[in-house]
Amino acid sequence: MAGLEDLYREIILDHYRSPRNRGELEVPPAHRVEGFNPLCGDEVVVYLEVNDGVVTDLRISGQGCSISQSSASMMSASVKGRPVEKARKLIRSFKAMMSIHEQSLGGDEADDHEEAETVKPEDLGELAALQGVVKFPVRIKCATLSWNTLAQGLDEIAAGVQPGD
Amino acid sequence: MTSTVEAGSLDIATLRRQFPLLGQKSHGRRLVYLDSAASSQHPRAVLEAMDHYYETTHANVHRGVYAIAEEATRQFEAARQATGRFIKAPHPGTEIVFTKNATEALNLVAHSYGRHLLPEGKAILLTELEHHANLVPWLMLAAERGTELRYIPIGDDYRLELSDLDRLIDGVGLVGVSCMSNVLGTINDLGPIVAAAHSKGAVVVADGSQIVPHRRVDVRALGVDFLAFTGHKMLGPTGIGVLWGREELLDRMPPFLGGGEMIRDVRLDGFVPNDLPWKFEAGTPPIAEAVGLHAAIGFLEAVGMERITAHEVELTSRAIELLTERHGDDLRIFGPPADPTGRGGVLSFAFRDIHPHDLAQVLDAEGVCVRAGHHCAKPLMRRLGVTATARASFYLYNGEDDIAALSDALEVAAAFFG
Repeated sequence: MAGLEDLYREIILDHYRSPRNRGELEVPPAHRVEGFNPLCGDEVVVYLEVNDGVVTDLRISGQGCSISQSSASMMSASVKGRPVEKARKLIRSFKAMMSIHEQSLGGDEADDHEEAETVKPEDLGELAALQGVVKFPVRIKCATLSWNTLAQGLDEIAAGVQPGD
Repeated sequence: MTSTVEAGSLDIATLRRQFPLLGQKSHGRRLVYLDSAASSQHPRAVLEAMDHYYETTHANVHRGVYAIAEEATRQFEAARQATGRFIKAPHPGTEIVFTKNATEALNLVAHSYGRHLLPEGKAILLTELEHHANLVPWLMLAAERGTELRYIPIGDDYRLELSDLDRLIDGVGLVGVSCMSNVLGTINDLGPIVAAAHSKGAVVVADGSQIVPHRRVDVRALGVDFLAFTGHKMLGPTGIGVLWGREELLDRMPPFLGGGEMIRDVRLDGFVPNDLPWKFEAGTPPIAEAVGLHAAIGFLEAVGMERITAHEVELTSRAIELLTERHGDDLRIFGPPADPTGRGGVLSFAFRDIHPHDLAQVLDAEGVCVRAGHHCAKPLMRRLGVTATARASFYLYNGEDDIAALSDALEVAAAFFG
């Protein structure tokens, strides 16, 4: 049986206690997107600034459990300053790490699995610490919340959705 | 609801032995079940009654003329009678409608009464502490008919604030109110609300999901017009809920779901609905579940509702005392102070700044089952200024050892998250 230490790795607790890129950005020029976890009521707000195909700035606000907050913090650290394409690749890789279990739970992420590339945990850097979450199926939605929200934000920017639309 | 609280105490050890699940271990520890407000566990008597029914009696009800079909029908209708007597329904045979759960019972009222008998232009009055089950059906109705929705607010004492009731009730045709909050444990005094509603000709729909399993409910004394509750929170199985309604109202209401059982005659150009209560029971009903619910009611009556209430009142008061004493400011309880008649055995709390989800996860590793989340009451969560709480809830099989286990597990969580 999976122990708590599989879920709450030290790096996760560190990101939870000292979240990176916490705050807000002025909208516009930034793009604001909200995500909800209907199961527990957690909310995450992602502020995104994309210039010339690069995520130049990103901030996270909202509230949630240690898993959703640390995952959001790690996501912000790994995406900020990176090209949008790299960010999308990271989203796919991260969700692939979580997706096998989401499929078996009847989650709504099944479609993404098809296009997910084979990922080795080492490609994900410290994000691999969240791998233990898959042993606690109800918590997978916590870990993927900020990533789904980021994906939605990038899609909206690509589609030219203006803030407030 | 009676306020009689006797000093009768329950023999918890003997009681627990009758609940097979409670003898299990969880993560190698004694399973400490503190989530009966979500769903209660089952005594062997309930499980055996359902097994016995399936092994000896099962056939569809109200159809066959053969012996087991007649016996199945007899047992199903006997469950209806027992359920009616349990809440002192004046006419159990016609006023008790079996549904899938309390949610379906409330939807039945919203669809049938709300769409057809609630006068056009009349508002609906709800409260800020409703479960989504007594909120969303009315929101759906309002969206469809443009009905005005109003809300009785809760005060800082976690109780309904009735000072503005006279103004709120004016122009209202239906009031939806919970007998007891599944988050705060607050037991609402329905007296003034029922009186105000009836003085305006409005009907009162009460959500009794949290009260019926724990207190003696007498629908005549309660004065409401409809009462919804569910089997699985009162030691019974899932899949069966109950709607009690005044005969004269149910009689005027059109059917909710259509199908077999609910008709007297069907032609290609129309149908004649069946009599009460079958008019509201389309399709094959939850027969074994009704048998199980009957056994659950028998179990509760054998223990004694007054003794169960007394035990829970004492346990809730001890829990608040012990937890507050040991954890001090680390623990914030959302709900009124201990009060024999005004507070039930539901404790929602925040512990330090640990998110309820994380708290429940650590508690689980200690064998302690509590609920974490918004408890299907998001508007109330917003009112409390939180997104979620942790919640421990008590029933007849809980004892002080469960509170001690919860308290110890909280300390483990405190150490874990530093």
